[in-house]
Amino acid sequence: MTDPAPLGRADVAHVAALARLSLTDDELERFTGQLARVIEHARDVAALDVGDVLPTSHALPIRNVLRPDEPGPCLERDVVLAQAPETEDGRFKVPRIVGDAP
Amino acid sequence: MSGWETVVGLEVHCELRTRTKLFCSCRNAFGDEPNTNVCPVCLGLPGSLPVLNEQAVELAMRIGAALGAEVRPSTFHRKNYFYPDMPKDYQISQYDEPINVGGHLDLPDGSRVGIVRAHLEEDTGKTSHVGRAGRIHAADYSLVDYNRSGVPLVEIVSEPDIRSAAQARLYAAELQRVLVATGASDGRMEEGSMRVDANVSVRRAGSPVLGTRCEIKNLNSLRSLRAAVEFEAARQVVLLEAGDRVAQETRHWDEQAGRTLAMRSKEEAFDYRYFLEPDLVPLEPDPAWRDRAAAAVGMLPGARRSRLAGLLDAPGPSQADQIEALIDQGLDDLVVVAVAAGAPAALAMARAANELASSMEAAVAMDGGAFAALVVLEGQGRLTATQSKAVLAEMLASGGGDPVAIAAAKGFESLPDDALRDVVGGVIEANPQEWSRLCGGEDKLTGFFTGQVMKATGGKADGKAVAAELRRRRG
Repeated sequence: MTDPAPLGRADVAHVAALARLSLTDDELERFTGQLARVIEHARDVAALDVGDVLPTSHALPIRNVLRPDEPGPCLERDVVLAQAPETEDGRFKVPRIVGDAP
Repeated sequence: MSGWETVVGLEVHCELRTRTKLFCSCRNAFGDEPNTNVCPVCLGLPGSLPVLNEQAVELAMRIGAALGAEVRPSTFHRKNYFYPDMPKDYQISQYDEPINVGGHLDLPDGSRVGIVRAHLEEDTGKTSHVGRAGRIHAADYSLVDYNRSGVPLVEIVSEPDIRSAAQARLYAAELQRVLVATGASDGRMEEGSMRVDANVSVRRAGSPVLGTRCEIKNLNSLRSLRAAVEFEAARQVVLLEAGDRVAQETRHWDEQAGRTLAMRSKEEAFDYRYFLEPDLVPLEPDPAWRDRAAAAVGMLPGARRSRLAGLLDAPGPSQADQIEALIDQGLDDLVVVAVAAGAPAALAMARAANELASSMEAAVAMDGGAFAALVVLEGQGRLTATQSKAVLAEMLASGGGDPVAIAAAKGFESLPDDALRDVVGGVIEANPQEWSRLCGGEDKLTGFFTGQVMKATGGKADGKAVAAELRRRRG
C-alpha cells in the first residue's frame, strides 16, 4: 500500500461540511493537526503484517442475531411529538428543505 | 431519436410484507395515523439498538431465489446523510456485501435483464411538503411521519440491459409480478410499496461505450416510468445533437409538466461515508434456511405464462393478452383445472378472461371443479354459449353451485337435433326472400337466420349447430 497524501486543511474542511460542522479558521488549524496525528496512528496499524489474519467485519465472533417478526409496544404519539420544536397534524414540522433527498 | 440507442438500468425499492419493521418491533403498516408506529430505534434516539427482523431476511432470500441470485453472507453499513426523513442521520443499508448477488429477470417479450444485486435496507420516513402545490422546491415547510422509517426494503438493482422506455416498463411490471408471487411484497406502487429509480443514458447506435447517465428518482407508477424514460432519453439526444454534454445528475419527474427537472443537491451530499454498522453483526443464513426460503417462492409468472401457452396449439395475439390478464388476476389456476377435466383450453381461457374476470371477487372464490364442469358442458355442445354464460353468471352471483343443476333449473335443455332442423326449416319458410339472398351468396344473412332461430327457441339452440344446418340446406 502506498501512503496517501498527508491530511490537509481542505480535507478537514470537507469532512466538517459533511458533518454539518462550522469551524472557525483557528479550529480548522487545530483539528487538522489533531486528525493528522490520528491518521498517523492508523498508519502504524497498517504497517503491521496481517497476511495470515482473516478479514473480519466485527470484533465479536457472533453471527445472525435475529428477532422474530412479532409486533411490540410503540411510544405514545404525544410523548414523541413533545420532543419536537414544532409539530402539525400529528407530524414533525421541519423547515423548508433545500435540495432533495440524496 | 433515429441513430441513437437508449440505455436504462433500474433500481427498484420494494417494501417487504413483514408484520414489523427491519430493526425494531414497531408495526409495518400503511395508512395508520402518523407517528403512531414509532419507537426509540426507528426515531434514532440515543442508546437504542437495532435487532434484525428474521422474516425480512427470509423474504429477501425469497426474492433472491426468484431472481436466480446467489445468497451470500452479508453485512450492514451506515449510509450517512442529513435529511429530515432519516432521524438517525444515516440509513442502515447493505453496501459491499449484499445478501443477494447476480441473477436475472426474463421478460414476457423474451428478453433477459441481468440483476446486479438485491440488498436489504430500511425505508425512510415520509415527508409532505406544505405550501405551493406540494412541490418540494416551492414548499414553505415540510411535515414528517416516521411510521415508514425503518420499514424493511429490498433494493433490486438491474444491469444497464434495458434498451427502451417500453422495455423499462415491461421489466418493472414483471418484477412486480415476481415480487407478489414470492409473497415478499404486495407490489402496490400507488401506496409506495414499490418505487423505481431509472438510470438513463443514450449513445450512438452500435457504440460499445455507455453515455453519461442521469438518475430519475422515485417514479411511482409504471406509466410515469415509461414517460420519464422516454422524455429523458429524448432530452439527452437533443443536447448531444446540439454538441452539448449531458451532466451526470439526479433528476426529478414532474408528472404534471411531463418532464424531468434537475434537483438542486449539494455536491458533497453524495459522499455517504459508508462504514460498517457497529451495532449489527454479520448475517450468514445457513443452507437449510436458504433452501426453505427458496421452496417458499410460489409459482413465478414466467412459469404460469408457459403453462397456459402450453395448453394452446399456437396462441394468437389476443390469447397472449388473455394469458397476461389471467395471470395478473390470479385466474390461471382455474383454467388449468378446467382443461385437466377435459374442457377445451381456448374456451376455458375465454370464459375465465371475460366472464370470471368481470366479477373478480366471486371469481377468486369460485370452486375449480364447478367452473371446469361448466366449461366441459359447453365444450360438449350441451350448453350454448349464451346458456353457459347465464349459468356462469348465476354461479358467480350465488357463490358457486352445480352447473348441471343450474342449467336444468333454467330450462337449458339443449335442443334435440331433429327439433332444431324443424325450427330452421320453419324460419326459412317464413323468410323466403332472405333465404334466396343467402343462397345467392349474401353470407351476412347467416346472422339474420341464426337470430331468428334463437328467437324461436328461446336461446336454446346452439349457434354452431344452426350454422351447420343452414350450410347443409344451402347444399
